[in-house]
Amino acid sequence: MATLTAPQLLITILVIAGGTVLTRALPFWVFPPSRQAPAFIKRLQFLLPSAVIGLLVVYCLRYIDLTAGSRGLPELLAIAVIVALHLWRRNALLSISAGTIVYMLLIQHVF
Amino acid sequence: MIHTSSAALAFRAAFPLTLPVLTGFVFLGVAYGVLMQSIGLGAGWTFLVSFLVFAGSMQYVALTFFTAAFNPLYALAVTLMVNARHIFYGLSMLEKIRDAGPLKPYIIFALCDETFSIITSAEIPEGVDRGWFMFFVALLNRWYWIIGTVCGVLVGNLLSFDTRGLDFTLTALFVVIFLNQWDKPSNRPSALIGVGCSLACLLLFGPEWFILPAMAFILGVFALSGSKPAGGDV
Repeated sequence: MATLTAPQLLITILVIAGGTVLTRALPFWVFPPSRQAPAFIKRLQFLLPSAVIGLLVVYCLRYIDLTAGSRGLPELLAIAVIVALHLWRRNALLSISAGTIVYMLLIQHVF
Repeated sequence: MIHTSSAALAFRAAFPLTLPVLTGFVFLGVAYGVLMQSIGLGAGWTFLVSFLVFAGSMQYVALTFFTAAFNPLYALAVTLMVNARHIFYGLSMLEKIRDAGPLKPYIIFALCDETFSIITSAEIPEGVDRGWFMFFVALLNRWYWIIGTVCGVLVGNLLSFDTRGLDFTLTALFVVIFLNQWDKPSNRPSALIGVGCSLACLLLFGPEWFILPAMAFILGVFALSGSKPAGGDV
């Protein structure tokens, strides 16, 4: 059960909200349009997006344990389905739905 | 100037791209609402957290703060660490966000993983206002989450079908966006650096701590790589 009093809860929520806004807004505060960003930062805008999506894929799969349980097989198979389907049909919604259904079937009925 | 008709056009372009997020957020949101209710916090508190914070994984972590001793400094430190990846989103969007004009603060405030991924990878059709497009992606995703979490408190216990694994739609979304980026050869070096550095840090630091080292590692590789890889006009 929640142990905080209502004011403590409110303060905690506001602190978390403030911290989150800070991480989202910081780059825009540090490099406003009026100020010329350093060349490296400008270059990052082209380099980072693809790298960050790669980071997010790894982030989603971070709790896979290759040595125990299903050993990441449901995730691997579902991603294989997504890749194959996406290269074939190029339909994002189709690839995402099929991959999710395969994953659900695998973890609910196979593994 | 911004016109209502260009907003409608942008909405029609944005909405279909957010459908995977709708599925994922409603599922994860409902699960979150059920957890909030289980610690005795109802729809009001759940709405407040989702409305003000709007960061899925952080809100799950916050459940542990609500059930422990009052410690706002610790909460702040953990928040900054868990959400540090947002800094990369901002750095990637310094130029792009300028198209948004007065809608800019809202888009920044609502910049979650999924909104960033869609905005950064979408091929916005000719004639669609980029600012409104980004705004609607941000707005829709944000409200899917808020509504999902509140629904979880109100009706979560009534769910009877087996939803295990439904949250995989968000993983699937990122995989598809990764494939779309991969299509463009100039993106491939960065994509490989992103995956490689993240995997290496995951192995070294473990699932709870790898994000910050991975971000530093990626920046380091980019800094050392000079003008190569060239990168695309994302």
